[in-house]
Amino acid sequence: MHTLREIEERARAAADKPAPYGSDLDLAAYIDEAPERSYVDSLEQLEELGEEELARAGVVKSGRQRSGSFVQIDGSVVHRKALEKGLEILSTREALEKYDWLWGYYWKAVAVDSDKYTAAVEMGPYEGYFMRALPGSRTIYPLQACLYIREPRFVQRVHNIIIAEEGSELHIITGCASEHRIQAGLHLGVSEFYVKKGARITFTMVHNWAEGMDVRPRSGIVVEEGGLFMSNYVVMEPVRSLQLYPTARLVGEGATARFHAILVAQPGSEMDVGSRVILSAPRCSAEIVSRAITKGGYIAARGHIRGEVGGVRAHLECRGLILDERGVIHAVPELEGRAEDVDMSHEAAVGKIAQEEVEYLMARGLSEEEAVSTIVRGFLNVKIEGLPPLLEREMRRMMELSEEKAL
Amino acid sequence: MDTMRLGLGGGDLEEAREDKETVLRVEDLHVEVEGRRILHGVNLEIKCGETHVLFGPNGSGKTTLLMAVMGFPRYRVTRGRIFLGEEDITGLPPHERARRGIGIMFQRPPTVRGVSLAQIVALCSRDGVDVEGLAADLNLGDFLSRDVNHGFSGGEIKRSELLQLLAQDPRVVLLDEPESGVDMENLQLVGRAIRKLLQKDLRRRRTRCGLIITHTGYILDYVEADVGHVLCDGAIVCSGNPREQLEGIRRYGFEECARCTR
Repeated sequence: MHTLREIEERARAAADKPAPYGSDLDLAAYIDEAPERSYVDSLEQLEELGEEELARAGVVKSGRQRSGSFVQIDGSVVHRKALEKGLEILSTREALEKYDWLWGYYWKAVAVDSDKYTAAVEMGPYEGYFMRALPGSRTIYPLQACLYIREPRFVQRVHNIIIAEEGSELHIITGCASEHRIQAGLHLGVSEFYVKKGARITFTMVHNWAEGMDVRPRSGIVVEEGGLFMSNYVVMEPVRSLQLYPTARLVGEGATARFHAILVAQPGSEMDVGSRVILSAPRCSAEIVSRAITKGGYIAARGHIRGEVGGVRAHLECRGLILDERGVIHAVPELEGRAEDVDMSHEAAVGKIAQEEVEYLMARGLSEEEAVSTIVRGFLNVKIEGLPPLLEREMRRMMELSEEKAL
Repeated sequence: MDTMRLGLGGGDLEEAREDKETVLRVEDLHVEVEGRRILHGVNLEIKCGETHVLFGPNGSGKTTLLMAVMGFPRYRVTRGRIFLGEEDITGLPPHERARRGIGIMFQRPPTVRGVSLAQIVALCSRDGVDVEGLAADLNLGDFLSRDVNHGFSGGEIKRSELLQLLAQDPRVVLLDEPESGVDMENLQLVGRAIRKLLQKDLRRRRTRCGLIITHTGYILDYVEADVGHVLCDGAIVCSGNPREQLEGIRRYGFEECARCTR
């Protein structure tokens, strides 16, 4: 196929192209070989990952209150199954074999030659998931996906394609995690989301990496008329370097994108996390909210909103709390108006905990430590509009799990 | 024995107070704020069940006295001592004082984002407090889920502070200008809550006592006080009947107050 050859060529040409943000990684330092893991028909038969390890990645081993699961360890898809009608889960390779039309979505939301990491996913042995909600299908329970790295120095290449067909709803809880003892490892994750007319996708992602891990997710989202994309991203545990800048393109009238990110950087962690929304149809709206806390690590919290046509609304909010003097928070909010009648705004604030607030709570009987912890939890307590109650509960539970260790 | 200087009409008062237990005692208190000496030699004794009011011109050190009693580190005690009952609490941090039974109503409390009024009330509540009921009494039912003090009006702030104090149930209540920024409608509600807080309508013996800073004296229309003090330039220059003091201050101003004791 002509286009496939073209994709290959573009990937090859970008093989050494550094990313605009984040430290530049030497891909030759990682290995592609990892032991083959065998497939299990039910999650409960999975011996490689225990309940607790899966829970760290937001995955319920019993599969209760989930409409399906996908688990990949290193380079092996060990489980994938949809439990409800109207939902499909396959590995991306399987799906590309099964559906010819899927090639029409392949590298369409993310450019294969974005940088050397997208190129490396295309050129290397990759896996990843394909999830699809059929037209009009709605499920109460979310799908869950887990991408796990166990093999030291392994580069995990993932290409996900997620499609919510017209009028459907797709809720996904996903976790990426690695063994804590891992000294080095690299996760390259391409995710392409397609939200069709009147459809909605909520994507709740928790990252639990290790001190030696480098992570480069690459996400692109296309939202059609009246569609909604919501991303809730939480990372609180150590990571060596993490850089992502997902970009949503709102191409249909009245489309909406919301990004929420909660970032906690431990000492030695380098995080460069942004969200971008391009509003190119009337009545589109976008919201980008981030809360960043450094306990000694570096955080760049970026946001970029581009209004290309009139009659769009967007807001960007970026707040940072410095809890350790070694820490750095660099907030970079950008608004780009390209039409007369755009309504875009941002607010950004970076600082330390106000002593006045600590003393206020101390006067109510909280010790200094308890007061600080209450204020910090409050800071991270962002109200997420439009998240179904079940997901909100799950999100809270996952955050509490991470908070216990991180704060 | 009595470190207080009793001014106008204080004669009978002293006798009536003798058999009651002292809850808060401030002895020769000197306080600095950021290197500036604000209080020099304040003496004060509040007995169980009593309400004291503190008058004084702006900058005389009224708020400093309350903050020092609460124990905020910015208000550094350079001399003197503070006792709660028999215990010397001069060196204790604010939360230890709060846990021992001192509660304060802030004049301008900060907003704590992401922490709801309900949460903060739960944090400071004694067991078995009917938070919803208290909130309903203070007309704050709809405010429980809101971030504490975020976008609250003057009256709402006062009511929220009083809700927290009622839940906390302290023995010593410190109120910093409870009537400031409150409209007439709210003032009644605030006055009623303070009466409740200070057990003014209790038939049994009161277990709480209070110290109220008032600039205007309006709060005295709602809450009777037992003793008044006038603070000028960091020292108490007059202690006595609060109504008579207020009358004197209204008529002659604080200058005269300071002069009369010389």
